[in-house]
Amino acid sequence: MNSRTVVAQVFYFIIYITLQVLILRNIVLFDVAFCYIYVAFLLMLPFETNKILLLFYGLLTGLILDIFYDSLGIHSAASVLLMYLRPIWINLITPRGGYELEMRPTLKSMGIEWFSTYILPLILIHHFALFFIEAGDFSLFWFTSLKVIFSTLFTFITILIIQYLFYSPGRSL
Amino acid sequence: MQRLFLFLYQYRAFILFVFLEALCAWLIIQNNQYQSAAFFNSSNRYAASVLKASNDISDYFSLKQVNNQLAEENAILRQKITNLEVPRNAGLNYLDSGFLEQYDIVDAKVINNSINRTNNYITVDRGSLDGIKPGMGVVTRAGVVGKVKSVSNHFATIISVLHTDGYISSVIKGSGTFGSIKWEGRDSKSASLLFVPRHLKIDKGDTVVSSGFNSIYPYGIMIGTINEIGIKGNAAFYDIGIELSTDFNNLSYVYIIDNKLQQERDSLELKIGKQ
Repeated sequence: MNSRTVVAQVFYFIIYITLQVLILRNIVLFDVAFCYIYVAFLLMLPFETNKILLLFYGLLTGLILDIFYDSLGIHSAASVLLMYLRPIWINLITPRGGYELEMRPTLKSMGIEWFSTYILPLILIHHFALFFIEAGDFSLFWFTSLKVIFSTLFTFITILIIQYLFYSPGRSL
Repeated sequence: MQRLFLFLYQYRAFILFVFLEALCAWLIIQNNQYQSAAFFNSSNRYAASVLKASNDISDYFSLKQVNNQLAEENAILRQKITNLEVPRNAGLNYLDSGFLEQYDIVDAKVINNSINRTNNYITVDRGSLDGIKPGMGVVTRAGVVGKVKSVSNHFATIISVLHTDGYISSVIKGSGTFGSIKWEGRDSKSASLLFVPRHLKIDKGDTVVSSGFNSIYPYGIMIGTINEIGIKGNAAFYDIGIELSTDFNNLSYVYIIDNKLQQERDSLELKIGKQ
């Protein structure tokens, strides 16, 4: 990562956390669909980021979210899990010809097909961990599963919209 | 030895992952305890000031509703004053003055609230400098809200009634039957009343109030009304659903109750328990 990408990542980090804490925290559709847009920041870190660093980014992001959600440890656990699985999943879905140096895990850089294959399962796992740790047990299994599925869709669609709106192909972010 | 290091180095990501997850698990367990340090939650000074700034803006959207609630409350207080001014009624107010001597009431403004999660918390803009301590009860005019979990100098985090671990000792007004209120984790308007034995007669529409047994809430704070009564097979207790009287969806001002005799009572009960 050169210094320009570092500055850009810090900028995205602040934007995503602010968006999550100030606006999306208050939005719940039909009592079951929550939007955790901050996973987009974690998913869109550059390919070549060190595996160990990824885990620490996950922990840091999760802890900040936990402070605002009063759920100490829950977002952190889910985000660390997400960050552990990310490099493994990226390896599994390598496109033909491998990844090139200037590629970023964004919609404009990789195309809608690869991008959906990349984020959808990871969001699902993150939300699954998040809601079931929060529930504490399986006594509300169906209700919690409903939350997981609808929240995954909500987060996924929001990430797609943001990708289409703000990431121009000219910029190499 | 070198092989061991090589092994550890090779699996460093996995080992770190397991370590961090264990750390998170420890944090979750710590946080579930009754009281906790005020740093890693929304009464943290920095987090709370962000929430307050956000609340200052969103306040404008609910001004009308808040006005109505306050006006309603004004009307009720005014009526009480009128009652006080009539000397013939003075005898009826002994209870009230006794109440006032035992309890201090601090008003607080809600700056953060949630109702849709499995465990919900509320943040208010009063803290230890206003005399708030962990364990105090929180109410509105309509009914119970929760109890204080942790405080910083200017803010406090409250465990909402909408929290799956919390029980409220309660009593059905009229018949005097005791039970426990528990939130089931789904709907912010309803909860269950547990441990009411089946031989007692209860009716839909009965009022449920706090029992005053655990020194957090005084006796007689409204909790809700019974709207569902069922009984399974040969179960010993009824399945009772109640409709909560507090509207958690738009809480704006709450009252924090300081029971001045709480310490005395708790230490007495502790002493009896030890013997």
